[in-house]
Amino acid sequence: MSNNKTKASGSFVDKFNNLTDTNLLLTITVVIFFLMYIGAIIFQGGGFLKPQGFFNLLNANAALIVLACGLSIVMITGGIDISVGGVTALVSMCCAVYLDHMGGNVFVSVLIALAVGLAFGAFQGLLVAYLDIQPFIVTLAGMFFARGMTTIVNTKPFNVANEAFTKLKMTRVIIPGLGSANRKGDYIDAYVEIGVIVAILVVIVLFCLLRWTKLGRSFYAVGGNRQSALMLGINVKRTRFLSHVLCGLLAGIGGYVYFLHVGSGSPSHALGAEMDAIASSIIGGTMLTGGVGNIAGTFFGVMSLGTIQNIVSQAGLGEAWWIGITRALMLCLFLVIQSLVMVRKKKS
Amino acid sequence: MKDNIVLQMKNIHKSFPGVRALQGVDFTLRKGEVHALMGENGAGKSTLIKVLTGVYSKDEGDIFLDGKEGPVAIHSPQDAQKIGISTVYQEITLCPNLSVAENMFIGRTSGIGQNWRKMNSDTEKILRSLDIPATATQQLETCSLAVQQMIAIARAVDMDCKVLILDEPTSSLDEQEVEKLFKLMRDLRSKGVGIVFVTHFLDQVYEICDRITVMRDGQLVGEFEIEKLPRVQLVSKMLGKELDDMSDIKGEQKAYERKAGSVPVLEAQGRVSDAGIKPFDFHIDKGEVNGFTGLLGSGRSECVRALFAADRVTGGTIKMNGKPVKISKPLDAMKNGIAYLPEDRKGDGIVGDLSVRENIILAQQVLKGFFKPFSKAKQYEIADEYIKLLSIKTASADTPIKSLSGGNQQKVILARWLFTHPEYLILDEPTRGIDVGTKVDIQKLVLKLASEGMSVTFISSELDEMLRTCSRLVVMRDRKVVGELSGDDLNQSKVMSTIAGGDK
Amino acid sequence: MQKNEVKKPNESMLSRMVRHQMFIPVLALVILAVFNLIADPAFFKITVGQNSAGNMVLQGFLISILNDGSELAILAIGMTLVTAASGGQDISVGAAVAIAGSVLLRILGGGNSRPEELAAPIIVAFLVSCVVAMLFGAFNGVLVAYFKIQPMIATLILYTAGRSIAAWINNNELPVITDPSLGYFGGYIPGVPIPTPFFIAALCVAIIFLVLKFTNLGLYTQSVGINENSAKLNGLNPQVIKVITYVIMGLCVAVVGLIKVSRIQTINYSTIAKDIEMDAILAVALGGNALSGGKFNMAASIFGAYVIQFLTSTLYKFKVSSDALPAYKAVVVIILVVISAPTVKEWFGNVTKKFKVKEVA
Repeated sequence: MSNNKTKASGSFVDKFNNLTDTNLLLTITVVIFFLMYIGAIIFQGGGFLKPQGFFNLLNANAALIVLACGLSIVMITGGIDISVGGVTALVSMCCAVYLDHMGGNVFVSVLIALAVGLAFGAFQGLLVAYLDIQPFIVTLAGMFFARGMTTIVNTKPFNVANEAFTKLKMTRVIIPGLGSANRKGDYIDAYVEIGVIVAILVVIVLFCLLRWTKLGRSFYAVGGNRQSALMLGINVKRTRFLSHVLCGLLAGIGGYVYFLHVGSGSPSHALGAEMDAIASSIIGGTMLTGGVGNIAGTFFGVMSLGTIQNIVSQAGLGEAWWIGITRALMLCLFLVIQSLVMVRKKKS
Repeated sequence: MKDNIVLQMKNIHKSFPGVRALQGVDFTLRKGEVHALMGENGAGKSTLIKVLTGVYSKDEGDIFLDGKEGPVAIHSPQDAQKIGISTVYQEITLCPNLSVAENMFIGRTSGIGQNWRKMNSDTEKILRSLDIPATATQQLETCSLAVQQMIAIARAVDMDCKVLILDEPTSSLDEQEVEKLFKLMRDLRSKGVGIVFVTHFLDQVYEICDRITVMRDGQLVGEFEIEKLPRVQLVSKMLGKELDDMSDIKGEQKAYERKAGSVPVLEAQGRVSDAGIKPFDFHIDKGEVNGFTGLLGSGRSECVRALFAADRVTGGTIKMNGKPVKISKPLDAMKNGIAYLPEDRKGDGIVGDLSVRENIILAQQVLKGFFKPFSKAKQYEIADEYIKLLSIKTASADTPIKSLSGGNQQKVILARWLFTHPEYLILDEPTRGIDVGTKVDIQKLVLKLASEGMSVTFISSELDEMLRTCSRLVVMRDRKVVGELSGDDLNQSKVMSTIAGGDK
Repeated sequence: MQKNEVKKPNESMLSRMVRHQMFIPVLALVILAVFNLIADPAFFKITVGQNSAGNMVLQGFLISILNDGSELAILAIGMTLVTAASGGQDISVGAAVAIAGSVLLRILGGGNSRPEELAAPIIVAFLVSCVVAMLFGAFNGVLVAYFKIQPMIATLILYTAGRSIAAWINNNELPVITDPSLGYFGGYIPGVPIPTPFFIAALCVAIIFLVLKFTNLGLYTQSVGINENSAKLNGLNPQVIKVITYVIMGLCVAVVGLIKVSRIQTINYSTIAKDIEMDAILAVALGGNALSGGKFNMAASIFGAYVIQFLTSTLYKFKVSSDALPAYKAVVVIILVVISAPTVKEWFGNVTKKFKVKEVA
């Protein structure tokens, strides 16, 4: 599975046809992302010109990257999880209440986040894998449960005033050499937040997991053909279960990253995040039918979605609805591309 | 357990809703033998194998394995692999989205890590030793079907198994590849592996097997040594009747003769669909019974599907009674009086959750139109009429069709098409997987319909059936029509040699 | 739809009842009713009182359930058909209701957000919103039928964009229609003591039953949902039939849009018909219909819708806030899907079988 996209020799068409689905969809995404970003730099300039513009994109989307990674895993295994947005809100609220009202410590709050995510993942995984209930219905219920619970934990949004937490939230990791001058002419270092580091670690770890471990390959096998995977001796139920557990865990991590970014608890946090995460995964080349996908693609999927949003708002289409509509259009476009790829594959 | 016995299955029972698939079957496999498991479609071979490999759980019975105390419990394919039972299935059960090497090794060891370099080099070694044209890092779906099948076998062989089950592995292989497979099987036999070989090709059985177990209708017929069971007897044991029993309907079709200058009911020219067949010409006269024959995968189903426009039609013309008609979707064909009973009863025929009544009226209802449903009373009247006419065994007209036995399901589908009163009826494998009694019923019905003036095309995997019912056979090979036989040419050897090609 | 139970002579009355499709919704209804009755004996009382407009109308808890459940019942009709034919659910109905409502207000107001009088007759505005909603339904249907995208994912697109589109149609303004005739559809017609939405729902239910009786809609959608290949070989066009079910869903959405807008005489893009898709899916499931498609029982779905409304109203009565409501409903969903899961049923069957064997021994 070599990366064939770079050499533009005479046999380019052959190579294009030989691309595996994973690589083909990934290539489309990466190319579209770069075209979009370069286009934005040329036509809009502004924030896109500065390296910090790119880092801000990361800062704003770190949580979504983590959530989308979880979804990619479930989708590669042939399932879906739409509870991640709700879990994010619940995690934020639980941690906020614990840190602010109960004066808890930051380390324990991380554990709380992980535990909430794991609990959702494990319970949903149990129902999906061992009781064979449609994942969409199970996680739809999960999403509503999480949203409802968030309100039950605390009805009103509030900011966290915990010293240790605020310190962690404000921590900036300086990227040397990429700073730029602000309007007054002072030099400002480029930086990313802690969450970005977490997100990038998650991406690297999961990329390796999916590429080189038996569990990772089992996800692909089960998503590609569940019956065959069973015949090959893979424990299909356990694999599906683990995909949901992993997704839940990542929802917990993503939830904390989100919490770290906004520093507050609110029932309306991360509204629609599950849809953004699914859209990012699809744009990143994960096939809904399972068996095809790539974490690197998911990363670019999130970035593409974020870039589109920035372009739309910089273009003066500030009204909120444009963002919703452009996102939906992009999702639609990629769904249609996937559908066409499937048709092409069936024919050959 | 005796020394040379490697596997013993005793008194195995297995039922599915509405079907008793296995009833007290015994099976014994010895070390270093190739043991053929024979039986018609629906005899229970596949079920027996799936019980053995843990895909289905058995209702009753015990399985003993050499070197294990007492009966072994097999609950999943992993269990089977662990105790040394490897299987290659009829449908390729590999993951197309993984690499060849991954398909060779996934699911075989526990633990998280994987030495990828070693895995790839091991795979290369195996592929080279078995002469399989593939590379370890290639994605499986880019390999041809035959190569995929070889890889599946290579995987099974590489697992140091005691028992190797090959469930119709040769249906997608060509002659050379079959030869390669046989060489492999002989090697393994000499190493003491017990091989269970399921196939439909009698030649292959007599070429490689040492012993035969015959099954019929979910029951064991018997175990025989190959030398003591001549072909004719094997066939009669599989069919469950002496050949003489079946001669009573023989010869009737010979009465048909083509009248000079008559216009065919249907005439197709250069018809071709996107299912991968070469364009073909075809015609059928009023009251004629003809058939398409050829090996599995030779394109006979695809031809009749092209006539009915079941696949997307890409070219050719059709004339009905001399008038050109456009048939580009099934509804066109139905409106022109063509009916098609599909090969895959479960996948294309029955509408499982609907009642027998609804299944019978469906096609005619569609012809009649969206806004003109049959009244409930009329539906029951029709259903009862056909249930009686074809003696369909069902609790009532409201029973869901999926709870009927295979043969009765097939009769319901037949009723569905008879109710449309077609001029031309296509029956694609109507007798597959159903009991012998129903088979004879269906053959008789075909001849009766033809005598009443209906034209029928009849396809069956069993040549005997075709020879008994058809007055003309269109022979296919490699997805194209290679010959047409009628009159005195209609005999087993002539058909076989035409299928095989040339005068071999 | 007909009930196709085969009567087995040795089966007891009880076990036949338990296996009946309507058993779970009826049981749920009985439990809810008993629970309410214990908590508040005046629960079933229906009185005649004056409403804010000065009309004499029927009042009481049951009336309000029948009133509030109308939208859900209408959507359940469309959701049942969509589920049967395509084996998946339309999650965009809430957003689509927002679009339909927005179109309605746009036509009525004629681009003016505080119109003195209606810019067009209500019937014209309603027909336009029907066409728009059906077009969006067709869009969903085409994605599902021709591009073979799973229904829930295909409708995710409209779910994401719907409320934005609705806001865009009215330039993000919230037109308020003061004309009282618009209020009739969501409230009361002067002189009639029963809320109008109930009549609209009853009309929709009547229409769908007539359609099911006098056309082959039921047979066709079920055939396509159960075995698409077979349906195709019997001369049906599965793609067209799937699209038709989504278009019918669009029609239901438009009717609901009218009621919703009429109730408040204006619109709130982010809250109108919020989470109603969840309730509609739940109604279909509660009615004992397989969410994987195929056979359906329309009456059971509609009955299920009112049971859900009963549950919602009960929860409100017990001072559960509307934001926390989903948590309780989620618990109900989980219980429902778990007890209807085949694996659980099989396990339960085995346990009872063993129990009986022991009894005999």
